Amino acid sequence: MLTEKFVEIKNISMNYHTLDGETEALDHLSFDVNKGEIMAIVGPSGCGKSTILSIISGLLKPTSGEVLIHRKVVEGTNKSVGYMFQSDHLFRWRSILENVLIGLEIQKKLNEENIHRVHKLLDTYGLKEFKNHYPNQLSGGMRQRVALIRTLAIEPELLLLDEPFSALDYQSRLAVSDDIAEIIRKEKKTAIMVTHDIAEAISMSNRVIVLSNRPATIKNIHDIQLTCEGEANPIKCREAPEFRHYFNRIWKELDVYVQ
Amino acid sequence: MFNKKTTATVDYSKGHVAYLKAVKKHKLMVKLCQVGFLILFILLWEIAATNKWIDAFFTSKPSSIVRLIVNLSRDGSIFKHTAISVFEALMGFAIGTVLGTFLAILLWWSDFFAKVFDPYLVVLNALPKIALGPIIIIWAGAGMSGIIVTALTISLVVTILSTYSGFKEVDEEKIKMLKTFGASKLQILQKVIFPASIPTMINTMKINIGMTWVGVIVGEFLVSKAGLGYLIVYGGQVFRLDIVMAGVIILAIATALMYQLIVFLENRFLKWRQ
Repeated sequence: MLTEKFVEIKNISMNYHTLDGETEALDHLSFDVNKGEIMAIVGPSGCGKSTILSIISGLLKPTSGEVLIHRKVVEGTNKSVGYMFQSDHLFRWRSILENVLIGLEIQKKLNEENIHRVHKLLDTYGLKEFKNHYPNQLSGGMRQRVALIRTLAIEPELLLLDEPFSALDYQSRLAVSDDIAEIIRKEKKTAIMVTHDIAEAISMSNRVIVLSNRPATIKNIHDIQLTCEGEANPIKCREAPEFRHYFNRIWKELDVYVQ
Repeated sequence: MFNKKTTATVDYSKGHVAYLKAVKKHKLMVKLCQVGFLILFILLWEIAATNKWIDAFFTSKPSSIVRLIVNLSRDGSIFKHTAISVFEALMGFAIGTVLGTFLAILLWWSDFFAKVFDPYLVVLNALPKIALGPIIIIWAGAGMSGIIVTALTISLVVTILSTYSGFKEVDEEKIKMLKTFGASKLQILQKVIFPASIPTMINTMKINIGMTWVGVIVGEFLVSKAGLGYLIVYGGQVFRLDIVMAGVIILAIATALMYQLIVFLENRFLKWRQ
């Protein structure tokens, strides 16, 4: 199978400076993400997972090393990258439709074609009747879906998901992760997802990177091959016989570093 | 669950109807007591002054205050004084709010700037601005301009500080979200900082209405040419307590109306607050 490297992370290190001293967050990380793949990054809390996403998005400049997207070095924020946060960050003074359009508004791409596309996204993903509602009228799961559509509205080729479900309760979390994995696959996006939930990582992604404690280094990269019957959706994939096996291995790898 | 609106046609249970009735009754009682208290107070004042329980020379009495207000409105002078004061207050308030918000934006724009001016703002905030009254009257002129400047000086520093701190309280993550779309600093101000701070700004305005009126009245005390403040200070000097009381009453009504205006605007434009 021919796979195209979409994101290349080359030897990045990151040090944070504060008046109290210097903290090493990332230590010479290198990995690639292929086109159309969902890559999950798991690691102990505070190991610098979110820092990786900030660097890929161009919000932060690594101390050394470089990130290439489409063979181009990342410098500053990039319009082909969409970032989804832990909390939905919907603006309560804007209606759902206005919230979803904010990215296009900022990039000055509010034209009829784009607005039509956003309408279609909202219709497809069950938010048709809620376009003129305000965020506080929606449930947590729906708000997270709105946040994803806001990210998708600018047509990013790469999606960065920073623990996108951790603000939700367990049931909506399963349902929404199912939804979102499906949306990402349907829209044929490449995605990098940071999470601390091992089950979520295994069920949603093609590959899982396990990071060590700070300064983060790559402990292992797992190719996830689950035999899910029928359509591969994350909830069903949790029933695959290999699931437990991956779970235990990743758990052990993390455990070594948790005191 | 998604739509909290309830339609009028819904049939409520007996218990719920009783509950709604009780709430309504409670509200009515509060309103009645509020009005009743005022009427009782005025009646008691009138009776006490008429029966010489209290000295009407020092306290005046409601009937003579009303008579005075009627007389003053016949020759139109009460309207003149009220209009002048209201105009000064509105000007001071408007300039104070706009200028204060503008300066708060400057502080937000440049962190360096904000740090440099921080101690000055703290000192100016703590200083009783009324002390600057005489200086302002001399610099800006002993007339309407001096009074307006006094009024806006009193509200300006508070506006700057509270608006700026409102700006700073906006969630960093929301700003980061806009940055991932490639937003410029101006866009961040426009799309999130400003709209997110509107509730803070309205609260500041509510405080500033009172502040501005303090400035206007103090200014009129000092300048003593026209306005409700002049009326009050003049009445005090010639020992006509009915003039003082009439001035205070009209002042209370004017400030309450201006405050209600802000509340009205708040309800009108902040529907999403619910």
